[in-house]
Amino acid sequence: MIEKIADNITSPLGMDTAANYEAVLKGYSCLKLHKCKWDIPEPFMASLFEDGAINDNFAAMGGDVSLYSRFEQLCILSIAEALNQAPQVDISSDRTALVLSTTKGNVEALDIGYCGSGNEYLGESAQKIADYFGFTTTPLVVSNACISGLCAQIVAMRSLENGRYDTMIVVGADVQSRFIVTGFQSFKALSQEQCKPFDINRQGLNLGEAAATVIYRRTDNENHDCWQAVRGAIRNDANHISGPSRTGEGSYRAMRAVLKGIELKEIGLVNVHGTSTPYNDEMEAIALGRIGLNHAPINTLKGYYGHTMGAAGVLETVLSMRALDDGIVLATRGHEQCGTSVPVNVSAQHRNTNAKSFVKLLSGFGGCNAAMLFKKGGET
Amino acid sequence: MNWVRIRKDSIKINGTTLPTNHCGMEMLKEVYKQLIGGYPKFFKMDALCRLGFIASELLLQQESPRITDTERRAVILFNRSSSLCDDRSYQTTIQDTEKFFPSPAVFVYTLPNIVTGEISIRNKYYGETLFCVLDKFNANEIFQVVKESFLDSMTNDVITGWVDCESDDDFEASMILVGPNDPDFNPDFINEIYKHN
Repeated sequence: MIEKIADNITSPLGMDTAANYEAVLKGYSCLKLHKCKWDIPEPFMASLFEDGAINDNFAAMGGDVSLYSRFEQLCILSIAEALNQAPQVDISSDRTALVLSTTKGNVEALDIGYCGSGNEYLGESAQKIADYFGFTTTPLVVSNACISGLCAQIVAMRSLENGRYDTMIVVGADVQSRFIVTGFQSFKALSQEQCKPFDINRQGLNLGEAAATVIYRRTDNENHDCWQAVRGAIRNDANHISGPSRTGEGSYRAMRAVLKGIELKEIGLVNVHGTSTPYNDEMEAIALGRIGLNHAPINTLKGYYGHTMGAAGVLETVLSMRALDDGIVLATRGHEQCGTSVPVNVSAQHRNTNAKSFVKLLSGFGGCNAAMLFKKGGET
Repeated sequence: MNWVRIRKDSIKINGTTLPTNHCGMEMLKEVYKQLIGGYPKFFKMDALCRLGFIASELLLQQESPRITDTERRAVILFNRSSSLCDDRSYQTTIQDTEKFFPSPAVFVYTLPNIVTGEISIRNKYYGETLFCVLDKFNANEIFQVVKESFLDSMTNDVITGWVDCESDDDFEASMILVGPNDPDFNPDFINEIYKHN
């Protein structure tokens, strides 16, 4: 079995999982309209760290801010806080490894005006982060568009199951930049208003910055107090590089793989991708309908954080676990009236639940889709 | 086991050199026209996708009959440069506030996994697609990640390898199609194709 022993969320809402959970429970978000930021002509709604916030926190931790980029500092802050909860982890062991989930890393370093210490090669960035903590194994970067955070957890899970490693630290992170924001704007994928997941009036997504970490270990003894990563699958739509499948093909197939042999009524929550673009949410509703989970409670956290890209899969997994520990299916912030052709069970209010298992979904450019099944205790 | 090795000025298939008249991107276009064709989407692709597409086509031409429309084949690729070749192109479209023309057709290729999607679309592969980045070529890491991918019971075989593109004319790929029980599927073989061909 693969169990979670520690986690962290570092976002504009807070620097650990507890602070983030408290903020989300109160309905807070740091999404706001940014005008003229990074000299981008068109305003954009995003959840960004305050200027200097990452730097100040990194310096307060004793880190040398001149040696690490903003992205690397963010990753280190998140990993360090998670490791504080897990003193038993032997970082320098050849049985411990790091997986970094990111889409764009230090891409801002390509700008001729860039004056940070970042390097655009993701592998070098990962090595710097690994060296900071003293890992002796090779860090792996998973860069699989918006599903990276689940792919990284799946890759980590397999390494543990295979016995190659005993402990895996998975960090997901992305920072925003002129590069990313203008790209999504060129795609007409962004909403200048708060995003409205699965809503009849949804117009697009908001972007966000965050890092999140989860630490997994392999165990033979089931611990009823720990969340387990049960199964994961990645499937492709084989349809289009930037448009989701009209039949939800890859998402449906990924869910079918992780739910094999599972009673659907045991699934207490599907934490979907739910970016709030017209196409994504419609595709996910179709996939949920095909698998028979359109009546299960679903939610998406994009209304609190925006789309945090490489962080999303880890952040949304960790926060879903924390909320279910508290008996809560978190509200889908920004949602008002269901607007998908297949109706789904989504709510703008927090809901009570006894569920101890959930499915996490993500989909991304390149036609990729991922699903993971998590449970706590002996059920499922 | 079938394999393909592409360098910026040469192509080898299972140890035999494919005669070509050009280098770099012109070589990839030449191979497309001479040996593939009929897939105009090729010309919309960025350099990384063209490289991965050509490598996969040459690899799959060795397969008989060629398998399509399946969930049982995964595409798991690795490199060092991620999508940096296209990232740099996109950056030039937004660098200057005076000449600001961000293009979705360029932006969409600023993700390395798009090449795995292109191969899946071409062949109707509904299986796993994964892209990983390493600091440098590492045959053992590639071997382990691919070996562990067979823990997904749907996956019968994997198109895998190193597909790295620094620029339109500076790239390299080594690609294999492997099943879990292929006798040649080991780090030494992956290393051998990459280093000595």
